[in-house]
Amino acid sequence: MLFYLLKRILLFIPTLLGITLITFILMRSLPGDPVAGMAGERASPETIARIRAELGQDRPLPLQYVGYLKLLMTGELGRSYYTNRKIADDLIQKFPNTIKLALAALIFASVIGIGMGVFAAVKRGTVWDRVVTLISVSGISIPVFWLGLALMLLFAFYLQWLPPSGMGNGNFVYIILPAVTLGTFSLSYITRVTRSAMLESLSQPYVVSARAKGLSEADVVLKHALKNSLIPVITLIGLDLGSYLNGAVLTETIFGWDGLGRYALEGILKRDYPVIMGVVLFGAVVFVSVNLLVDISYHFLDPRVRIKEAK
Amino acid sequence: MTLKDLTGNAPAMIAAILLILLVLTAVAGPYLAPQDPLTMDLDSLKQPPSKAHLFGTDSKGRDILSRIVYGARISLAVGIIASALSLCIGIFFGLIAGYFGGRTDIILSQIFDIFLAFPSLLLAIGISAVMPPGLVSAMLAITLVGWAGFARLVRGLALSLKEQTYVEASRALGARPARILYKHILPNALPLILVAGSLRVGGFILLEAALSFLGLGVQPPTPTWGSMISLNRAYINSAPWMVIFPGLAISITVISFNILGDFLRDKLDPRMQV
Repeated sequence: MLFYLLKRILLFIPTLLGITLITFILMRSLPGDPVAGMAGERASPETIARIRAELGQDRPLPLQYVGYLKLLMTGELGRSYYTNRKIADDLIQKFPNTIKLALAALIFASVIGIGMGVFAAVKRGTVWDRVVTLISVSGISIPVFWLGLALMLLFAFYLQWLPPSGMGNGNFVYIILPAVTLGTFSLSYITRVTRSAMLESLSQPYVVSARAKGLSEADVVLKHALKNSLIPVITLIGLDLGSYLNGAVLTETIFGWDGLGRYALEGILKRDYPVIMGVVLFGAVVFVSVNLLVDISYHFLDPRVRIKEAK
Repeated sequence: MTLKDLTGNAPAMIAAILLILLVLTAVAGPYLAPQDPLTMDLDSLKQPPSKAHLFGTDSKGRDILSRIVYGARISLAVGIIASALSLCIGIFFGLIAGYFGGRTDIILSQIFDIFLAFPSLLLAIGISAVMPPGLVSAMLAITLVGWAGFARLVRGLALSLKEQTYVEASRALGARPARILYKHILPNALPLILVAGSLRVGGFILLEAALSFLGLGVQPPTPTWGSMISLNRAYINSAPWMVIFPGLAISITVISFNILGDFLRDKLDPRMQV
């Protein structure tokens, strides 16, 4: 067990290095010369050379990369070109809002997705089954940003049931539309996997024996089949957590949700490169960390995974 | 798989017909579009759908239907070219990693994993942000995001195919690795690779739309479906058709690709035939 943990954490290091190497290369290939920008148009070549030396840009690239890593180790992601605020501070301030939105979306996607999947499996081959299949294909095909606008148009402007955008100081109604928008993609996958896992469970002998001993259909489906179908579903939900960051960029933009996504968009619009790269790097680190935690927790929770590892 | 399989499956059939129509639309765009997509008509700003403008006009008086017709070219071109490019790169490195194994495999697999460690949209944003925005940067960003997934798939296929007896026989006859990979392993892996590719085209089109929406794709005034939505989203309440129609175009296209991809997978992937 300890060996497994150590191995996972050691394997995590090259991934982190690789991520930082890619963001470093991206930072270095930015258009224009940031030094010339900082020094101003009339700066003498000497001034420019001095600034370059101060920033360490006169050193060979591998050394520059080491310097970049050292800065990252101290939690330094640079400053915004425009506000001159520390990007790390901004990220820490905005990340909780994104987590809140992602959690709400996760709950929506899991509850509705598992419900629809069970329903489709029970109604296998009927029109209902096909309707659920169509919904789940649509869910992974409709662009998140358009879905958000369409929901806003319907529920906020036409029906006027929900506020169109903003965070409303934490008021629950404000999170509904963004959460549904963000959760729909994941909901579709959860529906698919639940449906196929349920179909498999429903054909197992223990379901036949549960029916034979006279249990009600609801008990058979929920207590016997569903319980045994949940492992692949929960695996999927765990592995999919990181991808909420993709949807969050677009969802937050649409609904004016003050999280990482909207921060990234502001960076993009102003070509504020340190901000963009800060979000990309931070997002990737969150993504791999979540995947690692999910993996490790399976190792503890599901004995079968452990046995597979041992083999 | 035959054509009969396709005609027997109504959703796949409809998806195939829609995609053929879409390709025709993209190719014959200039002849089909009722108006020039860039001409601004200041007398008919924000007109709702009517006989003169089937899908209405936008805030600059441009015909939305014509802009959607022209936008189809960008979406399809980026989606298909990015898929083809990332398939080629993925096949190349995946075959090498899977066939040669050992240290080559460890290093290449680590590189695949690093690319897969990024949330896809964030990596695409990072890559396209450092290039001048446009068709090339969008394609390149999507390719760089997409290739690693294919590489990992192909690696797995090559790993299992190289143990087959016909590969062993070929090796015993003195064939060079390049020949074995090209003549024996690639053809046998190809059906599954193509299924994976067809399942990803829709995702790539969505990624292009998202980049355009964020202002990182093909730049105005050239119409793209994603940028039409972002340019007009301020009018979602007063003139919803400006946003609804481009979004429908993206959704229908991607749904068609995904339905067809699912159909191909059910037919071609032996693991699915239970």
